[in-house]
Amino acid sequence: MAANPQLNANGELQHLLCIEGLPREILTQILDTAEPFTGVTEREVKKVPLLRGKSVFNLFFEASTRTRTTFEIAAKRLSADVINLNIAVSSQSKGESLLDTVANLSAMQADVFVVRHASSGAPYLIARHVKPHEHVINAGDGRHAHPTQGLLDLYTIRHYKKDFTRLTVAIVGDVLHSRVARSLIHGLTTLGVPEVRVIGPQTLLPAGVESLGVRVFHDMRAGLKDCDVVVMLRLQNERMNGALLPSAQEFFKHYGLTADKLALARSDAIVMHPGPMNRGVEIDSSVADGPHSVILPQVTFGIAVRMAVMSIVAGN
Amino acid sequence: MTRLPDAEILLPKLATELKAHVTPAAAMIGLHTGGAWLAERLHPLLGLKDPLGLMDIAFYRDDYAKEGLKHDPKRTRIPFEVEGREILLVDDVLYTGRTVRAAMNELFDYGRPKSIALVVLADRGGRQLPIAAQYCGAQVEVPAGMRLRLKRAPDGKLALELERGG
Amino acid sequence: MTKLLIKGARIVDPASGRDEVGDVFIADGKISANNEKADQTVEAKGLVVAPGLIDLSARLREPGYEYKATLESEMDAAVAGGVTSLACPPDTDPPLDEPGLVDMLRRRAKALARARVYPIGALTVKLAGERLTEMAELSEAGCVAFSQANAPLADTQVLWRAMQYAATFGFPVWLRAEDRSLAHGGVAHDGEVATRLGLPGIPAFAETIALDTLLQLVRATGSRVHVCRLSSAVAVEMIRAAKKEGLPVSCDVGIHHVHLSEMDLGYYDSHCRLEPPLRSQRDRAALAAGLAEGTIDCAVSDHTPVDEDQKQKPFSEAEPGAVGLELLLPLVLKWGAQQKLPLAKTLARVTSDPARVLGVQSGRIAPGAPADLVVFDPAELWRVVPEALKSQGKNTPFLGYELAGRVRTTIVAGKVVYERR
Repeated sequence: MAANPQLNANGELQHLLCIEGLPREILTQILDTAEPFTGVTEREVKKVPLLRGKSVFNLFFEASTRTRTTFEIAAKRLSADVINLNIAVSSQSKGESLLDTVANLSAMQADVFVVRHASSGAPYLIARHVKPHEHVINAGDGRHAHPTQGLLDLYTIRHYKKDFTRLTVAIVGDVLHSRVARSLIHGLTTLGVPEVRVIGPQTLLPAGVESLGVRVFHDMRAGLKDCDVVVMLRLQNERMNGALLPSAQEFFKHYGLTADKLALARSDAIVMHPGPMNRGVEIDSSVADGPHSVILPQVTFGIAVRMAVMSIVAGN
Repeated sequence: MTRLPDAEILLPKLATELKAHVTPAAAMIGLHTGGAWLAERLHPLLGLKDPLGLMDIAFYRDDYAKEGLKHDPKRTRIPFEVEGREILLVDDVLYTGRTVRAAMNELFDYGRPKSIALVVLADRGGRQLPIAAQYCGAQVEVPAGMRLRLKRAPDGKLALELERGG
Repeated sequence: MTKLLIKGARIVDPASGRDEVGDVFIADGKISANNEKADQTVEAKGLVVAPGLIDLSARLREPGYEYKATLESEMDAAVAGGVTSLACPPDTDPPLDEPGLVDMLRRRAKALARARVYPIGALTVKLAGERLTEMAELSEAGCVAFSQANAPLADTQVLWRAMQYAATFGFPVWLRAEDRSLAHGGVAHDGEVATRLGLPGIPAFAETIALDTLLQLVRATGSRVHVCRLSSAVAVEMIRAAKKEGLPVSCDVGIHHVHLSEMDLGYYDSHCRLEPPLRSQRDRAALAAGLAEGTIDCAVSDHTPVDEDQKQKPFSEAEPGAVGLELLLPLVLKWGAQQKLPLAKTLARVTSDPARVLGVQSGRIAPGAPADLVVFDPAELWRVVPEALKSQGKNTPFLGYELAGRVRTTIVAGKVVYERR
């Protein structure tokens, strides 16, 4: 098998494509580096000059305002120049290949490509073809990975729970289609979380999911028992059309996070959600807005984590 | 072999000198890591109004393009308003001056100070930028190929040491 | 006609089990018993002479896909790989559903005078799975069997009727067992690797459910079926049971599938994007063993030239397929060595066994048999690089690998059609 394309010859991070395969030290480095970046937002001048003169190109082949905006804010806080390209419609529909699009942008002196694509593996293809000084950050590829989301989830858990090695974490919902879930699972197992659970109906759990190092629960109440962290995944409307689920109502009844189900977890459990939330489908408003929820802090941490990732890769 | 001055003797000397010139309205910031240790010892001796600020210059270094981001940057915490203040910037060793330049750049992103005075335990010469210390414990000659460092023992005692390195 | 002598070779004839050093005489395009004075001698000391390889699936990309490859380039590739007969699937553009197209293809191939080409006709018009083709007409034009290529029938009723009709005339039907709705949208084996890589999966039971249907229809219609490109362990078991029962079935496996598994996808190597997908290591082991045992009758290359642009895409968008005409020999030798088989048995799976399925006289070294032969060095190592391949397609998962087994001379109908200097 080829060498890990994310690491350069010195074992340093040159691209961030996926949490899987990254050594624990690099994950810890990113989380440790994010910490001081959270302080930047509290200052008069919310910028540091690290990426001054560098260009960050947001290549979003799949539309997303939220993620793109946080990457843009993160890049600007590092004093980088940011160019946003929503390729979703333009050049791809004209038949320009993925690699041609990247080559054209590369000719415009890019330093960092932040890429979101509907096909799993697309950022790997790009990373194989960029120049040595160019760096690729995966902002989500198909159902494969969303590493910066996984990292900010890890950061959030570390912030509130400190020690990974004593936790029980439950991930609930559509794991089958979720790149967020996959990234988080890899991160949790790498950092030594002893029990990672996935909770959902059989139709929403991928084949052989246990091989990722998780325990499978189809009964949410059993799965939430004594959990320290509950991560709710978004359920997209399309799932009802694909013969995977009958209705949002039935899903909410059995797999939606309500206060009474949450009571089965530990009393100091935290509730997370990568967003955007479907209130009343995967999570009840009282829980989303309640004392256990850390959903809003997740967003703040997201900017600091992305600043950390960009400054680490761009410097290697 | 160069005999290095004793940090525990230099420290009270520095404190005495500072007390003679500094008002309680001044604010102190120590640079991680050696400058922070030094500042933690100096600060209580000077009766300053505000708590001690600590700064990490990791995000302002001028060698990022060559060296990348240094490992484990610490958080900069400045628990007072910088605008219009007399600032005492504390570092352990003054050498090329680049660390101080980075610290000043970072400080100005917090506000516009009235003045900045540099306090160092040791000045080893070799400046590459026009930077000078207003308060200095001792001038130290360092042999080529060696680095001058401040070390802190488990009991808190500070000491200047030489080690290999550029 | 030239009288050809192949001198001093290790003669391996799987059909008879013969494996000894000797000379092979050719006259009038056939293997001759007499050792008359030869016009041309092929020095073959230290080399093996075997029947030319018979590849039951190789895409020549004509008509319609000339930008991917041409008849010339792929026929060159075939003989460079020691393949003297090949069957080509009907998924050309337009598909081989008209006698005129079949006729033209056969003429073109014959004019090039390299390997023998046996066209497989389309089972349904345009391969659309609705209306039957004129199988009798197509057979007269030269089709040796009928197939749906990689477009399995969705309508079981049509499948049943097509098999009945083919059985009426005794035409063999060659089909890949795949349930269209279960395979829909999938690009990789539905298992641990697809889960980790986030790729939509095709479960193994997409093959076995369709295979069960197929076997039941064989029982009902008596149609002779050749199951193409087995991919799972359970399918091998099902074929074993079917043969034991006495059903008229045969099957093949793509040579890539006895060597590679889902693990080889690595970081989304689109050269491993194949139809059917590469499945688990357990499946691979069962396929390799099934081929050794003979439950799987033969190995094919499933040669599919794809231009590089179509491979330099994200995995699920890349066009499936790999070339293999020039790799069939070294890869089957590698498989045989791993299974610890004698050379004759190894080569049977690409010579006498496919000859039996195809119903042709080639594939053996015996007086009177067509002089289709390959002379090769089983020990010669060569690196699989684009420059070393004559095929226009360079898409193979084995790029960069070093393989043992290289063709020196290929003879079709008694004429040397390829010689490597």
